[in-house]
Amino acid sequence: MKIAQVAFGLASVFAATFALAQGAADKRRSGYQDMGEALQKMQDDDTANPGMLFVQLGEQLWSKPAGAANKACADCHASGSMKSVAARYPAIPKDADKPVDLEGRINLCRTANQRAEPLAPESRELLSLEAYVAFQSRGQPIAPPSDPRLGSFREQGGEIYRRRQGQLNLSCAICHDDNAGKKLAGVTIPEAHPTGYPIYRLEWQALGSLRRRLRNCLVGIRAEAYAYDAPEYVALEIYLMDRAKGMPLDAPGVRP
Amino acid sequence: MTNVLINAPKTAKPGEIVEIKALILHPMETGFRPGTNGKIIPRNIIEHFVATWNGAEIFRMEMSPAIAANPFVSFFAVATESGTIGLRWTGDEGFLVEEQVAIAVG
Amino acid sequence: MKIVIPSEARDLYWSLKGPSACGLRVTTMPVTTRRAFLAGATIVCVLPFASAHATPEAMAAAIKEVVGTGTIREGKVKLDLPPLVENGNTVPLTVSVESPMTPADHVKAIHVFNEKNPQPHVFSARLGPQNGKAVIATRIKLADSQKIIAIAETSTGQFFSASADVIVTLAACIEDVT
Repeated sequence: MKIAQVAFGLASVFAATFALAQGAADKRRSGYQDMGEALQKMQDDDTANPGMLFVQLGEQLWSKPAGAANKACADCHASGSMKSVAARYPAIPKDADKPVDLEGRINLCRTANQRAEPLAPESRELLSLEAYVAFQSRGQPIAPPSDPRLGSFREQGGEIYRRRQGQLNLSCAICHDDNAGKKLAGVTIPEAHPTGYPIYRLEWQALGSLRRRLRNCLVGIRAEAYAYDAPEYVALEIYLMDRAKGMPLDAPGVRP
Repeated sequence: MTNVLINAPKTAKPGEIVEIKALILHPMETGFRPGTNGKIIPRNIIEHFVATWNGAEIFRMEMSPAIAANPFVSFFAVATESGTIGLRWTGDEGFLVEEQVAIAVG
Repeated sequence: MKIVIPSEARDLYWSLKGPSACGLRVTTMPVTTRRAFLAGATIVCVLPFASAHATPEAMAAAIKEVVGTGTIREGKVKLDLPPLVENGNTVPLTVSVESPMTPADHVKAIHVFNEKNPQPHVFSARLGPQNGKAVIATRIKLADSQKIIAIAETSTGQFFSASADVIVTLAACIEDVT
């Protein structure tokens, strides 16, 4: 009896420390953790987070009928049904062979189901809808789909991530893998996990997508930014989301 | 489409000091930034923010180009009577937004 | 545009050096006699070509406009700003003033100034006993590392102030649109 109790006690201690080790082993830091306290507070307060203005707008647009089909998003997607959607994108839609990010998916719905014009990239409407959908996944761990067809796109993204580019001949990996945590122009270099998108970036004084942020990075290393509809962005996002697998989403994020 | 986020309590006890927070979408273009063509982008800011409680002014703020885009303001007010808290923003280019929230005091 | 300034302001502008406030280039006419100088130093303004920063003197002048000949006391005002700011475009700021906020004794205005943005004002707010608490929070733009000053004006005609130094690692206002 006593031995069984001790064994049970030992087993539960082992399980507890193992669980702790699991949590403690994730040393990845999100952009939120690298920000100053004042900005973290700004993000946490839903009544003061500027990204919430766009979530509110997205919520309004969600119930607005659009297109020749005169359908609103809400007509097909019940409230609460968008939970964890943002955590599983980019993905390859049914009957398609190329992956789309969340914006691409929203526009697919617009053209195919609502029979409306696609929304322009970085337009307020598209960003607001994206913000509203991403907000539904707040707190959800990033969970890329297990579709084997994503493999080649993920590899392509990884190749871009490690490729030296631009006049400064830097790759994403040089800053965000090798030098993350160190300072660049007084600011901590983040690990570049896309946990907060779409983000309210103080630099933009507006909400923007991961695509816009990647373009900023490319300009930052003095490389020519790919065209807005280039597949490179989706490939990079697939790689980055896989790299950030398991980290919780915190959209809409506030970032410097 | 103007977008406003107001946060005020829906109920309060008489004499209770309540916090009122307001966030509004606006570029607050300072008038000091050069655009990509080298020309200064013209100023476009919110100049006045006024709050009323059942029509009586309770708070007024004059903003300058130094207020950040999508201006956020938080201030306090003593809950006197049930009614409407009115918020009004005015500024350049004929900008005018008025919003109201109801509050029950008792 | 020419501005003639009274003689007491002469010393203020005499000390201005380096890049001037956006839109205001200050020169003094070469004068040899004190009398001629007292007759009126002139300032020549040119159109804003490149945005540079204002100066502590411009802030002092803006403060003087509000306070006039009153004395500014330290105390009662608390100015909360992060000491290090990652981006000057949106800096959270809270001003709180100790006051009973009664009809007889309350804060009637709070003014905030800066010393290095293109212009010295940040905001002015009117308050009264109906506010219960003289606490205002907002978000401001800072073009450079600088000092921010908050001045509270009470119903009894007194002025109290507090200041904060902020380091800005990325400027607002003078960035190009990308």
